[in-house]
Amino acid sequence: MDAAVPPMVRLQGVSKVYRRGSVEVPVLESVDLSIASGAFEAFMGPSGSGKSTLLNLISGLDRPTTGVVEVAGRDLAQLSDAELADWRSAHVGFIFQLYNLLPVLTAAENVELPLLLTPLSRAERRRHVAAALEVVGLSHRRSHRPSELSGGEQQRVAIARAIVTDPDLIIADEPTGDLDRKSAEQVLDLFEALHHGLRKTLVMVTHDPNAAEHAERIHHLEKGVLQ
Amino acid sequence: MVPLYYNTRSLWGRRLSTGLTVMGLGLVVFVFAAVLMLARGIEAALSAGGDPSNVVLLREGTDSELGSFMERDALRVLSTAPEVASSVEGEPLAAGEVVVLVALPRDGGNVMNTTARGISAQSVAARPTVRLVSGRMPRPGTNEVALGASLLGRTPGATVGGALRFAQQVWPVVGVFTAGGGAFESELWADGRRLGSAFGRDGPSSAIVRLSSPTLVDTFIRRVEADPRFTLKAQSESNYWEEQATALATFIRVLGLFVSFVFSMGAILGAMITMYAQVASRIAELGMLRAVGFRRRSVLASVMIESGLLGVTGGVLGALAALAMRWVDIRTLNFQTFAEVSFGFAPTPGILLAALLFGTGMGLLGGLLPALRAARLSILDALRA
Ligand SMILES: Nc1ncnc2c1ncn2[C@@H]1O[C@H](COP(=O)(O)OP(=O)(O)OP(=O)(O)O)[C@@H](O)[C@H]1O
Ligand SMILES: [Mg+2]
Repeated sequence: MDAAVPPMVRLQGVSKVYRRGSVEVPVLESVDLSIASGAFEAFMGPSGSGKSTLLNLISGLDRPTTGVVEVAGRDLAQLSDAELADWRSAHVGFIFQLYNLLPVLTAAENVELPLLLTPLSRAERRRHVAAALEVVGLSHRRSHRPSELSGGEQQRVAIARAIVTDPDLIIADEPTGDLDRKSAEQVLDLFEALHHGLRKTLVMVTHDPNAAEHAERIHHLEKGVLQ
Repeated sequence: MVPLYYNTRSLWGRRLSTGLTVMGLGLVVFVFAAVLMLARGIEAALSAGGDPSNVVLLREGTDSELGSFMERDALRVLSTAPEVASSVEGEPLAAGEVVVLVALPRDGGNVMNTTARGISAQSVAARPTVRLVSGRMPRPGTNEVALGASLLGRTPGATVGGALRFAQQVWPVVGVFTAGGGAFESELWADGRRLGSAFGRDGPSSAIVRLSSPTLVDTFIRRVEADPRFTLKAQSESNYWEEQATALATFIRVLGLFVSFVFSMGAILGAMITMYAQVASRIAELGMLRAVGFRRRSVLASVMIESGLLGVTGGVLGALAALAMRWVDIRTLNFQTFAEVSFGFAPTPGILLAALLFGTGMGLLGGLLPALRAARLSILDALRA
């Protein structure tokens, strides 16, 4: 790793405690972590070990109980909720296990959603959407609703939505969890293409060792502790 | 920020509940608009009878011609005032009139109360809007009557050549007249002396005086009120008819607005339930929108807009349905005179605008709590849904 380039993600002494009534449930315990810009890293671990919680902290959806979360050189604790929303739209692309597409929108309209938060013109938005759909190989499905697409195709639309704003960081929580082998491989090949071709930073949580194999580095979480 | 087609398509996706909610909102808007149009129609019907150059004289302390008795000499004295216009024959355009209520049989055994006006020589000349459409006016000293156009066919014998029966006498119908849509069209006119004697009245109830210009009305009214010999009340004819309409129109407005208000609670609740269901079934979608950077207030606005769309649609449908009521003609009692008057629904741009705003307002109110709920959702909870 080049010492002159600051890491894309830096976690220092991060812990997260959930409160259930009077009981405090520690979910993450003093996690230190550094993910370089352009890296493709995976997190594995048993259910309930805190993988999603960690991802939510990195992507600015949640705040740590203690510790520092720095992404793209920015200390996220400095941002208000509204600023954090703007920050996410500018820097993070999200890929969810269940795709989370809007069922009443076409593939192209779904991909366009994050661009509605940018000052881009209609024509520029259309160009970006076309390019993103091209990357995931679904240009011919642009006018289809999610219900008319297979699970794998829906996840590829979601990937197009995640990359359309050209974010620094792409976050994927079990992106292949709901897919068959073949669709999962297509999605993972896409990740590799984003990683190698477009030099995107990818952080993925997965249960599937085959999926994790595609990453450059695999972290293991055990009861909130990074191994 | 969240695109409008997301809202329209989500509503369309749940056509049944959307449709029922819109119908509920539309019905309330319909009642609201129809009632306002009705009140307006009553005012228009009754005040159309007024001519700006005419003054109505009543006994002081009365509000209606039916309850009024006039001093015999008063009209003779006042008709010499310089403001009074003259007929082509040089007679002052002033007419004492006997106004009584007659009960006429209606199909189905009901009775309709009709205003009968006993006219004198200048009654017709003093009212330029009155036009014969068939036959002629009653001749003095006979029982002949002329019918306001909206009485045609409303009671047995109510056509030219037919005859009415009231006050134990027969009254042949010799003519039909219109009066520019005003209240006279619901009256029957007969010779003043014959009508008066049939009802035991030996003097006029009221008088109509036509002035040479509308600008003289105030002068003439001051003259009447300043004269110590008479205890008369003078007012412009337009004022008189407007006042006749006000009580009924106000009553209908207040009742209608009250009913609309009560119904609107139901419609607002309906919209609220629909929007709560919309939000509940789309929590994960809203969570995704928040995750990718849409702010709380965008989600709030999106739900409010969606609910507002329900309201606008209901408003448009309700207003259109109310507009269709202009082809319905209504007869009812004038509460002050207990005579039947005929009128329609009178739509105005103001009423239509109010109907649209009312519908939209109900939609927005119904959406407020669901929108707040949607905006308050935590992103992580929403994404887990
Ligand atoms: N909002 C919350 N309130 C209380 N406890 C929570 C909350 N969110 C997560 N937890 C708890 O934190 C722990 C870690 O949750 P997390 O979702 O990070 O696990 P995970 O590793 O992603 O598991 P899985 O593989 O099943 O997705 C779990 O025990 C979970 O019950
Ligand atoms: Mg998880």
